[in-house]
Amino acid sequence: MKRLLIALGLVVPLVAAASVEVHETVLDNGLKVLVKPDRRAPIVTSQVWYRVGSSYEHGGVTGVSHVLEHMMFKGTERLAPGEFSRIIAEHGGSENAFTGRDYTTYYQNLARDRLPIAFELEAERMRNLALPEEEFLKELEVVKEERRQRTEDDPQSLTFEQFNATAWEASPYRIPVIGWASDIESLVVDDLRGWYQKWYAPNNATLVVVGDVDPDEVIALAKEHFGPLKPEEVGAPKPRSEPTQRGEKRLRVKAPAKEPYLLMGYKTTGLGHAEDDWEPYALEMLVSVLDGGASARLSRELVRGARVAADIDASYSAFTRLPGMLLLNGTPAKGRTVEELEAALLAQIERLRTEPVGEEELERIRTQLIAGKVYELDSVFYQAMLLGKLETVGHGWRLVDEYVEHLSRITPEQILAVAQKYLIPDNLTVAVLEPQPMDGKAPRAAAAGGHARDL
Amino acid sequence: MIFDRQRLLAAGLGLIALALAPIASAVPQIQTWETPNGARVLFVPAPDLPMVDLRVVFDAGSARDAGRDGLASLTADMLDQGAGAWDADTLAERLESVGARLSTGALRDMAFVTVRSLTKAPALDTALETMAAVLAEPRFAAEDFERLRQNALVALRQEEQDPASVGQRAFYRRIFGDHPYATHPSGTLESVAALTRDDLAAFHREHYVGRNAVVAMVGALSREQAEAIAERVSAGLPPGAAAPRVPPVADLSGAAVELLDFPSTQTHIYAGQPGMSRDDADYFALYVGNHILGGSGLVSLLMEEVREKRGLSYSVYSYFLPMSQRGPFLMGLSTKNEQAEAARTVLMDTVRRFREEGPTEAELTAAIKNVTGGFPLRIASNARIVEYLAMMGFYRLPLDYLDTFTDKVAAVTAEDIRDAFKRRVDPERFATVIVGPRTSQVASAGASGG
Repeated sequence: MKRLLIALGLVVPLVAAASVEVHETVLDNGLKVLVKPDRRAPIVTSQVWYRVGSSYEHGGVTGVSHVLEHMMFKGTERLAPGEFSRIIAEHGGSENAFTGRDYTTYYQNLARDRLPIAFELEAERMRNLALPEEEFLKELEVVKEERRQRTEDDPQSLTFEQFNATAWEASPYRIPVIGWASDIESLVVDDLRGWYQKWYAPNNATLVVVGDVDPDEVIALAKEHFGPLKPEEVGAPKPRSEPTQRGEKRLRVKAPAKEPYLLMGYKTTGLGHAEDDWEPYALEMLVSVLDGGASARLSRELVRGARVAADIDASYSAFTRLPGMLLLNGTPAKGRTVEELEAALLAQIERLRTEPVGEEELERIRTQLIAGKVYELDSVFYQAMLLGKLETVGHGWRLVDEYVEHLSRITPEQILAVAQKYLIPDNLTVAVLEPQPMDGKAPRAAAAGGHARDL
Repeated sequence: MIFDRQRLLAAGLGLIALALAPIASAVPQIQTWETPNGARVLFVPAPDLPMVDLRVVFDAGSARDAGRDGLASLTADMLDQGAGAWDADTLAERLESVGARLSTGALRDMAFVTVRSLTKAPALDTALETMAAVLAEPRFAAEDFERLRQNALVALRQEEQDPASVGQRAFYRRIFGDHPYATHPSGTLESVAALTRDDLAAFHREHYVGRNAVVAMVGALSREQAEAIAERVSAGLPPGAAAPRVPPVADLSGAAVELLDFPSTQTHIYAGQPGMSRDDADYFALYVGNHILGGSGLVSLLMEEVREKRGLSYSVYSYFLPMSQRGPFLMGLSTKNEQAEAARTVLMDTVRRFREEGPTEAELTAAIKNVTGGFPLRIASNARIVEYLAMMGFYRLPLDYLDTFTDKVAAVTAEDIRDAFKRRVDPERFATVIVGPRTSQVASAGASGG
């Protein structure tokens, strides 16, 4: 314990010195505004986070959050389709949007003095989206192409989609963010209209601004543009709690591929759902013991030591809206099988369940976490992401300056306890990608001439 | 899981009339010198955060493979798998014990080693000591080499299950022929299987030398500290000699279409030709022109024609990748198999029309506003600045490259673009690669004949 205190003593002042106060305001209509000044460069990022995503969706309309995100660029009462993007571009901005399970986010990165433009445009599409039918029909085709590109033609992505649908029973985390093909196919513009009405309101959103700005000016500007917007009755989503899994689940996914792929997941808990608040932090530390860099156990013991994995990853997030999974995924090394890789991973899990993690391993993880908090200050975009995400999934943005401390307090005994509680066979789902032949993959233009045509 | 969509940059009509001052940008002041063994150093002090970014690049990319495809890449990958007094495990542990991050890799022109570290003791000292060994004394241990090689073969097989990777590899082969840029840095199953540990050690000896190196550095350091660091990380490198120039890239003699059978729901289409070099006289005209054509995300002409008007593809783009010699000019999209030919027709019609007519004044103005107005975003982080420094050092661009960038962009005229595209982009000699199920390609091949 003494060691830990020394480490924290050295390092906490460093982080504190580097971090800057976040200014929080809630407008009368319920819009939360977070402003963090960062004066290193004359730029600003503006992000609007809505509390809606695929985990809010139900059967038949899966993918509606994501299609709506596309349609947010297709015109409002005052803006023609595509005009939003053209205006941002003309002002030197870069913009994007993304949909996840628990949030839908829109952002602009701009020179600092262009912030009013982002606010005016975002306020306009928060309540006044046009959703023209003909634009919707075209955009639906674009989204179908997106699904083909990112899911249908990617065997690992297909495996992941089927894995989630098998592992989760009631939890909406079974729904793919992009939606099931048939649901996308049968969406109508009224589905989007209803979805927009239900979730797109100032009292269901957080506005995050990080950059070379004055907080008071930003808040005044936010009041000017977003203040007049009417709030909406926004109900809480139903809990849709996952029932206890009563035994291991297995699936095999057959798709054209060259290499097999193994994906294993244990149902765990998350912040706000655990019996003890420290459990999600203990799981975060546990996953770092496995995969916190090239010196962590999976790289050291399975890639370099036993050479059973060509590549291997472990992941878990405490910061989700609903409880998630601890995932292990990888590809066997040449000449090794998925069965051998699975056995090696299970042996790693067993070790975590029986043997306390060494203090030196934990110390290395703490050091990396603390360094990471400094490195993240190099990107205003990433700082805003963290604030927006923590706030939107329901844990509060203040955690951004606290979670490293929570993690640093985790003991070997606590890691042992969560391993014994959650990493058990009855909680496990295992998916294997079984490669199918890719007929005629070879180029028709063989070296000897083949069928290449010079035209 | 997040879906990101490229919705970047571009042209605009001013709906919102706001009186805005011209965008001010603080261009970093670059300091430069040479180490005793001939490495060029580019340094920008960044006192705000207690951290350092170091990027050391060598003229040791896959263009130097000399027939042993994958050699440069595997050499770079081996650098941190044991060096100096430390094996792979110990080396990783040393860096991560102080929170430092190191990565290595090779592109076609350059190989790179990057380190990010806190400036405090003992982090920086440990990071620099380790980096010096990684650069100068990699072990190339036989066992580690074999492991990396086998894993590289697995990764190569995984690339074969991705239609985009298959298509782009074929495209490079088509446009570069027997030029060293034709091959992919990661090599092929056959070429990687044939490499030996001694090949890597010899490649390292020849190319990882002072006169072939550029050290880029951004961080909370004084000039004196920066000089000491540059000397320290490069100290183990013999002066050696700078690599000779990569040979010029030949023009394509005529159009060619290559069809690759692939069991996918989409057909991927790649079309283009050799493009421009880093020191190209037409650099800014081609850069701004391409920005309008297919380099500005959602508001580019290609995006407008292919996606916004017709819903044919999720992503469609064009780019010039400027390299030591002419890199590729590439246009690409993917669409469901049944409409591949329709999408390809729109792609080619759009580039032909742009080549003939050039941009409108409105398109040009919007593009210039976007590129110049967005300039501060390009240099807003240490991570981005250190990449610029390494690129400028490697390609020997003038030190005022960043200072003059926006002026040079703003000076481009519509006629400059039309003239440059007429001379430099010739759709009648494009190489085209089409990846998708054989059955849906009959029409493609037929329609493009004649």
